[in-house]
Amino acid sequence: MMQSLLSILIWLPIVGGFAVLALGTHRAKGARWLALAVAIVTFIVSIQLLTGYDAAAGTMQFIEQHRWIAAINANYHLGVDGISVALIVLTTFVTVLVILGAWDSVHDKVNQYLAAFLVLEGLMVGVFCALDALLFYVFFEGMLIPMFIIIGIWGGPRRVYATLKFFLYTFFGSIFMLVGLIYLYTQSNSWELSQLAALKLTLEQQSWLFFAFLIAFAVKVPMWPVHTWLPDAHVEAPTGGSVILAAIMLKIGGYGFLRFSLPITPDASQHFAWLLIALSLVAVIYVGFVALVQEDMKKLIAYSSVSHMGFVTLGIFISLALVRVGGNKDAAYLGVSGAMVQMISHGFVSGAMFSCVGVIYDRMHTRMIKDYGGVVNTMPWYAAFVVLFAMANCGLPGTSGFVGEFMVILASFQSNFWIAALAAFTLIIGAAYTLWLVKRVIWGDVTNDHVAKLKDINAREALVLGTFAAATLLFGIWPAPLTHLMDASIKHIVDQLLIVKVG
Amino acid sequence: MPFSLHDLYLLLPEAFLLFAVCGLIAVDLLVKPSQRDVTHWLAIGVLVATLALVVYSVAPGRGFSGMFVHDAVSRLLKVFILLIVIAVFVYARNYLKDRKLYVGEFYILCLFATLGMMLLVSAGSLVMIYVGLELLTLSSYALVALNRDSPLSSEAAMKYFVLGALASGILLYGMSMIYGATGTLDLKSIHELVASGVGDNKVLLTFGLVFLVAGIGFKFGAAPFHMWLPDVYQGSPTAVTTFIGSAPKIAAFGMAWRLLEGALGGLHQHWGDMLAVLAVLSLGIGNVVAIAQSNLKRMLAYSTISHVGFLLLGLANGTPSGYAAAMFYAIAYAIMSAAAFGSILLLARAGFEAEEIDDFKGLNQRNPWYAFVVLLVMASLAGIPPLFGFFAKLLVLKAALDAGMLWLSIVAIVFAIVGAFYYLRVIKVMYFDAPVEKGVLALPHDIPLRWILSVNGAALLFLGLFFGPLLSWCYRAMGAG
Repeated sequence: MMQSLLSILIWLPIVGGFAVLALGTHRAKGARWLALAVAIVTFIVSIQLLTGYDAAAGTMQFIEQHRWIAAINANYHLGVDGISVALIVLTTFVTVLVILGAWDSVHDKVNQYLAAFLVLEGLMVGVFCALDALLFYVFFEGMLIPMFIIIGIWGGPRRVYATLKFFLYTFFGSIFMLVGLIYLYTQSNSWELSQLAALKLTLEQQSWLFFAFLIAFAVKVPMWPVHTWLPDAHVEAPTGGSVILAAIMLKIGGYGFLRFSLPITPDASQHFAWLLIALSLVAVIYVGFVALVQEDMKKLIAYSSVSHMGFVTLGIFISLALVRVGGNKDAAYLGVSGAMVQMISHGFVSGAMFSCVGVIYDRMHTRMIKDYGGVVNTMPWYAAFVVLFAMANCGLPGTSGFVGEFMVILASFQSNFWIAALAAFTLIIGAAYTLWLVKRVIWGDVTNDHVAKLKDINAREALVLGTFAAATLLFGIWPAPLTHLMDASIKHIVDQLLIVKVG
Repeated sequence: MPFSLHDLYLLLPEAFLLFAVCGLIAVDLLVKPSQRDVTHWLAIGVLVATLALVVYSVAPGRGFSGMFVHDAVSRLLKVFILLIVIAVFVYARNYLKDRKLYVGEFYILCLFATLGMMLLVSAGSLVMIYVGLELLTLSSYALVALNRDSPLSSEAAMKYFVLGALASGILLYGMSMIYGATGTLDLKSIHELVASGVGDNKVLLTFGLVFLVAGIGFKFGAAPFHMWLPDVYQGSPTAVTTFIGSAPKIAAFGMAWRLLEGALGGLHQHWGDMLAVLAVLSLGIGNVVAIAQSNLKRMLAYSTISHVGFLLLGLANGTPSGYAAAMFYAIAYAIMSAAAFGSILLLARAGFEAEEIDDFKGLNQRNPWYAFVVLLVMASLAGIPPLFGFFAKLLVLKAALDAGMLWLSIVAIVFAIVGAFYYLRVIKVMYFDAPVEKGVLALPHDIPLRWILSVNGAALLFLGLFFGPLLSWCYRAMGAG
């Protein structure tokens, strides 16, 4: 089983998803239990990945390689390093919680809803372990259809607009990457990532490719100014959709930078690192301010996601500047590690925040901040969770949100004081919009009758939020297992950054 | 003109089809209208037998003094033409029955058109191309007018006929110039003469080429020669649209390849650019105008134009791998198009055409499975992985980039994004909108129809994941690496 572990992780949820779909719309209860069972089994299998992975080596492991399409040299080539393992386990973990979270809140076409999430899970795992560019692209694009359906069927009032925008934005981005990949194939006659990374390219070629990749991944992350699909998609998506979008799909952008842009176009990446750093800073600061004025809770969290993901891209590209200009490998390592920790942490925190909104949305059917106030009086347990996640969202020490941002800022300091100062400045903005949200929704007196009638979270919701809370605290207090898992792989990436491909 | 027995062997599938169709006409005269199923199944049987003859036919060769060519390409194209026509017959039965169009003529005309397609892809001389093409198009004109009582249908047939005749005339005019320049009708000899340089006839040859490309553009429905296509697709009975919208695209590819590469390969520098212009125009006009359509058949017609653009892009670069990609695209498109029109046929019933996009509203609530099948078809047409249509686009783009056509590729993908929008709209209507009629969808009792659509939809997914063998076959046939 160990040698086909990755295939199991990809295909088990997809096959399970189709099985759930086959149950039909009327057997909602059966669909829920089956979907939960599939998700839990997948999660358990992914734990095998965690325990079986040799973190000290940091190489690609659990390799599976078969010929896929001989005529164009495409392979079914899977493998994971520490980064992928962390993201895969995050995926399987969050999917279980999403399915649990949807237990009582989705009643319409339950089987299709759950099936879409399971299929999506399989495809996302596929993205994280594909070592063949064509295979990666197939998974990368394949995700669009289930997400399109999820937002479009179970979303809010403006769901059709939001889902079309989501789809076309992402499609627009990725199709340029496709041309880039095909171009690379015509140059190297291979889709293997390792071979593409070894291919010599001039700076001009690299620049074109870099921007082709940039469009795809920047839309996915999303970076300012191509982030505008995200608030719409988040606001209109059902709770589960928002959670998956924020917790995992955004990470695919960051992952793409690490897997494609840096190894394949290192020189162009260095050349344009200033641009990426600037865009990241704009995302971190400007979008932070935008979040401040939002009146819709989901929109606020969505903008906060954009801002937090800015740290990821900042961490990645500041390292590039550090290692290639200053030769400072340790600082570069710190930057990439910070970006990765931030990705994982943001996966938990944003997933948890959206789940929190989902909990009260199920009760009140509104996301507007002004419709709430004094929730703590009627839902004390819920309030406790929200406050915890809010703290994590501001990056309070002791929560996972702190670790990643701290590492990125620390790395930035070694490159440029002002970049670091600007990035650190957002911690204040982050605290402002998050705490202000908490103040308006949770604290104070009960503002209206609807809030007065609220019931506190039930056992299932407590389980979902509690699990998120445990993860947030665990990685905040003791991030060592996570950094240890990714340590050698990140060192490997940093070493790769030094390779000069021009000439 | 002397010919040997070997020549007749080469022609065996076509000869069989011809005699079988003639026999079928006689049988159809004898059966009562209530026993039309006999004609239906016999027609399918004839196609299956022809398919078997094609698959197990003799070794490749040229016959009738080079008039008829049987090679790997023609075999591959014939196999898919026949398979798709079989599928079309299965799709069409229920629709024809509901509309009192369940007549022998439909089958006879379709079979003659199929014969024309087979001759077209096996043509070894200009005359043969013309004969095959006319057999195909004359049958098609009559098919479009099959529903004589419908003014729309008659108008469409009239337009088709007038423009089609004009196109044939243009093509023939071009052929006459080629003949004038080279003194031969044989495609292979023309190829050799052009390759060796025919001196002062260059101008005449190029003039002929322009007319040929225009004629090919007409037959494909490539912009700016596309005007007939939307009206014909919309005006024909949907069963006929399914036929003329699918298999003839494969035949058209065969014709274009035989003429442009087979005869005028030496002039690639000229026709390559012409096709590139046609490709860009088709991609642009097809994709942009399709957005404005509310009639699904018309939308699919404009989508056809855009797909033809992609196909021409593969053809334009003039390399074996480009031809193979274009051939792959033609086959993929024919399979997708059959499924797209087939889904309209499934939803149509007596007095209800199901050809408006809004007729698909809320399909997911009324029948999740067929909504899913249509989703697969639309996603495949839009070129979203892992479906078949994506890989067809991928191969064309690869061939184009191989040939250094970077800008054309970028234009193509930009329009692919535009195109994604209107396919998504169909998915949106099916999945996100509330149904107009309540309750479970009343499916036709035609079990083969339901099966063929399911199989056709599933094939798009299956061929997407495992298109290797088909691709290798295309590459081998074209002699590409």
